Amino acid sequence: MDTKGFSQHISRQYNEDLEQIITRVMTMGGLVEQQLEAALEALVDGDQAKGEQVVTSDYRINAMEVELDETCTTVLARRQPAASDLRLILAVIKTITDLERIGDEAERVGRMALHLLDEDRQRSPMAEIAALGENVKGMVRGALDAFTRMDAEQAVRVAQEDIKADAQYDSIIRHLVKYLEENPKSVPPVLDIVWATRSLERIGDRSRNICEYVIYFVRGKDVRHTSFEQMAEEATGDRH
Amino acid sequence: METELTNDTATEARQTMTQGVDNDNGPSQKERPEVRMRARDLNLWYGSTQALHDINLDMYSREVTALIGPSGCGKSTFLRCLNRMNDLIPEVRLEGRVELDDEDIYDHSVDVVQLRTHVGMVFQKPNPFPKSIYENIAYAPRLHGTGTSRAELDALVESSLKRAGLWNEVADRLDTPGTELSGGQQQRLCIARAIAVNPEVILMDEPASALDPLATATVEELIHELKDNYTIVIVTHNLQQAARVAGYTAFFHMGKIVEFSDTDTLFTNPTEQRTEDYITGRFG
Repeated sequence: MDTKGFSQHISRQYNEDLEQIITRVMTMGGLVEQQLEAALEALVDGDQAKGEQVVTSDYRINAMEVELDETCTTVLARRQPAASDLRLILAVIKTITDLERIGDEAERVGRMALHLLDEDRQRSPMAEIAALGENVKGMVRGALDAFTRMDAEQAVRVAQEDIKADAQYDSIIRHLVKYLEENPKSVPPVLDIVWATRSLERIGDRSRNICEYVIYFVRGKDVRHTSFEQMAEEATGDRH
Repeated sequence: METELTNDTATEARQTMTQGVDNDNGPSQKERPEVRMRARDLNLWYGSTQALHDINLDMYSREVTALIGPSGCGKSTFLRCLNRMNDLIPEVRLEGRVELDDEDIYDHSVDVVQLRTHVGMVFQKPNPFPKSIYENIAYAPRLHGTGTSRAELDALVESSLKRAGLWNEVADRLDTPGTELSGGQQQRLCIARAIAVNPEVILMDEPASALDPLATATVEELIHELKDNYTIVIVTHNLQQAARVAGYTAFFHMGKIVEFSDTDTLFTNPTEQRTEDYITGRFG
């Protein structure tokens, strides 16, 4: 369906409200990407300054979530949106919740990175962790691109990347468990690495959620808790 | 909340609420109920101007069907076809069928006055007779012979006013003129008058557009209650009202039905672009 953008309402004020909401979601998404980028640099390269930056900057993302929630509440109360407008507002409310959580996970990665010493990094499968980080960073970017362009097919492609992220996570955890069995004295730093890895995996899950909201907005189909095959079918098939 | 919950009663309440959840097979498509009225290939002309084009619509028993669409789209014209109100306009020509319980209401054998006792109408502007509240209700049953004795009429007036949610407000002043009531009360009096002859279908043409928000809410609540016993077809310009009261909604545009579906679907995920544009306030 041609959703006609958000500039075709008879009420110009309504157009402006919706356009502003989308712009703010993109800005929030940009901040989240920056946080994740910095968190990965802190974790993989041991960049302490980036780690501290991540830990002290998360409040900006939280503030944007609160502000966007308020704006969406106002639109619901004043405009009583219907059809694609209603689905947009619902998708935004859910998307910003996941973006805020991705911000939290990035903060956690940054915090864990600050605890690690160089030798901890050398003992861990850092190349694999970096690959997982790059993968989920790509998922966040892809999910935000799909949201910006309201592209359901791209959303499916990005969501499918979560299979790879889950496999990467499993492999890293297996490696770390084996290492712990052989080096029981290293529990505290390895646990930090486990938590950071877990956060990266969760970022993949939350990017997938955002892709599901994009499909809901564009196609009017709720694809949560369905298989990737079903998701692809709903995203590309007839709307009804 | 009216009753204060302790932690124990809250836990118990949650456990009760979750019983049977495992057996829930998930959301299912709404099952469409029995059809009470049906339009088939209905076309209507005012002189040489065609106002309705091939209208096909099922109106379900004990459901509210809303007709929405821009001014001049044919929704009120269609509503008036359902109890032959258009018969009164000389230049109207009609083709097709309108059925009530599978019988064609335009058949030669149909008595229009009797038809209108089966298919009642409530108008935009409350139009009580310039008579007492009592007589507003009793007039038609007396005319049709469905209430003859004073006791029968008394009972009918009371039950009709109760069903219209007006009894408590007027019980002690049944002799005062209906026109002295407030706008919202007058509209409920008209609804009571319509249900006094025990119709199967109630047609409503913008029944709340002349009322303030509180009176509107009262009338909408009444529509919700009446739905259990009657088939209701309502024309409204207020999209939120359609969304609030109707189980099914038809979108009319330029004399045609563009889309008809259950109200939830129509207002969250319509199929047709024209429906989408109309309900979201976009340029069509």
